[in-house]
Amino acid sequence: MSTAAIAVPTTKRIGVGASLRRNRRWALITSYFFLILFAIFFLMPPYYMIVTALKSDAEVAHMATNPWIIANGLTLDQFKILFMQTDFLIFFKNTVIVTVCVVAITMVVSVLAAFSLGRMKFWGSSILATGIFLTYLVPDTLLFIPLFQIVKSVGLLNSYWGMVLVYPTLTVPFCTWIMIGYFQSIPKELDEAALIDGASHMQMLTKIFIPVALPGIIAAMIFAFTVSWAAFVYPMAFLYSADQQVLTVGTVTSLIRGDVYKWGMLMAGALVAAAPPLVIYAFLMDYYIAGLTAGATKG
Amino acid sequence: MADIVQSWMPTELPETEKAPAKKSGLRRLMRRHSTTAVLMCLPLIVIVAGLIIYPAFYSIYLSMLNKSQTHFIGLSNFNFLLSRDTFWMVVEQSAIFALSAVFFKALIGLITAHLVNNLPAKGQRKWRGMLLVPWVIPLALSTLGWWWLFDPTYSAINFILSGLGFEKIAWLSTPYWARFSVILVNVWYGAPFFLIMYLAALKSVPEQLYEAASIDGATAWQKFRHITLPMMHNIIAITVLFSLIVTFANFDVVQIMTAGGPRNMTHVFATYSFLLGIRSGDLPLGAATSLFMFPILAIAAVFILRGVRKRGREIG
Repeated sequence: MSTAAIAVPTTKRIGVGASLRRNRRWALITSYFFLILFAIFFLMPPYYMIVTALKSDAEVAHMATNPWIIANGLTLDQFKILFMQTDFLIFFKNTVIVTVCVVAITMVVSVLAAFSLGRMKFWGSSILATGIFLTYLVPDTLLFIPLFQIVKSVGLLNSYWGMVLVYPTLTVPFCTWIMIGYFQSIPKELDEAALIDGASHMQMLTKIFIPVALPGIIAAMIFAFTVSWAAFVYPMAFLYSADQQVLTVGTVTSLIRGDVYKWGMLMAGALVAAAPPLVIYAFLMDYYIAGLTAGATKG
Repeated sequence: MADIVQSWMPTELPETEKAPAKKSGLRRLMRRHSTTAVLMCLPLIVIVAGLIIYPAFYSIYLSMLNKSQTHFIGLSNFNFLLSRDTFWMVVEQSAIFALSAVFFKALIGLITAHLVNNLPAKGQRKWRGMLLVPWVIPLALSTLGWWWLFDPTYSAINFILSGLGFEKIAWLSTPYWARFSVILVNVWYGAPFFLIMYLAALKSVPEQLYEAASIDGATAWQKFRHITLPMMHNIIAITVLFSLIVTFANFDVVQIMTAGGPRNMTHVFATYSFLLGIRSGDLPLGAATSLFMFPILAIAAVFILRGVRKRGREIG
């Protein structure tokens, strides 16, 4: 087969090569053309948010100029108003507290469980692993009404500590699932060697598995972080006073006051609130993507 | 990568087999081993049982109470919902919303994944990074940006439309345009997820298959039809089903952009149960509404699980 295949192009190698190259160039040009169109579609809203946030109120309100560009000078007034005159910094502080707690709880719970389910195995552990995956597929919009009753009964309604209680339902199942995959990809010889050296299971986990599975742990942490930073249903249903509010709901509801929307300030708020996940994404893109695709490929 | 699937078969306990031969010692070790394992799982079990499984069942009980939760009224809440035109509109809109949004997400994701895959390896990272931005911005905040783009008086999209000589559109106050808008925003948000999943899958198709096909004179379409699609079939199915669950249960987009209006035309299950359960304070009725999502989600979940297991086996 190989001789026949090679024999064909050698007869007129130059012609075929040139047309192949031309074809490839055209394919590349069309790819770039359509990619630019898609990029415009994908990046239009964030671009417009940035432009609006850097405009003065007067320019936004008068509509005399092209809305897509800053015509009357760039200003940071919107950010100043946002930080000085609104509760935005309170929302930010609350979100940081909730997110840090949730990420910590999630990582402890899911690393322990994934190690146990993936490496130690016990009666029922495989069923439990499947069950964890299924609970990951239960959406928050199915649970927020019964959870409202539960949060209320433990006295955490309208408190951001209630969010620390309920957000793990969004993060723990998926993080456990991908950590099981990471732990299982570690060669068996490693823990056998550790057992022979007399290591306990806890030592095995902290001295061998966590360092070796560090990429997976970072991916899971990023997932837990972005999910609890962006959560919207639970705070929308369980929090109502400004001093307990988190960023997503606070920006969308509390910053809108009266009949006139202060669009510049709103967009500034949305941008600052979206910045931490974007920064993490910019620096740790590969881990971010690994966490994203792990759910379907690791299993 | 297929380890999970294999591990589900309770075949081996290597540590215990290698334990000292003394029988009582072995038994003690085994007991200690599995006790530690169960203890390590305990926090997870508590969270999942207490905050996911218990609430799910509690929801069923709750949906059979009256508004003040004083007495049991059986299936009256469900009957009430089924007799309301608004509820049927919610069913219809949820179906339209989920199916069309997932279809376009999958389509755009597939196209962009191929486009990115065509590029030289050096440039791929940059483009992938750029195209994933909608997925990274918290949905509630980007939806706020879209809302501003659709604003009735200031709409920057209408500015472009009138510049091109088209009529201005009242995006969020005309029922059908409002439906279009919420779907558009959802497609914008979800398409990058498909892009990433497909791109990862495309990379896992062996290059030799395409080379062999090129030698046999296959066209680009034939390569796609007979190599790419069969190789990616499973990952496409998993991604579509997964996205179907997430989209069907979506809350953020509709709640922020229209809150169900105009004339309840854009309500989906999530926003409608929020309106009834939290806003109007009828928790049981809200619980009943959200429970209607359950059968559809359960079916999708079973198929996802099957797909994930099969994929594990294929890779292994």
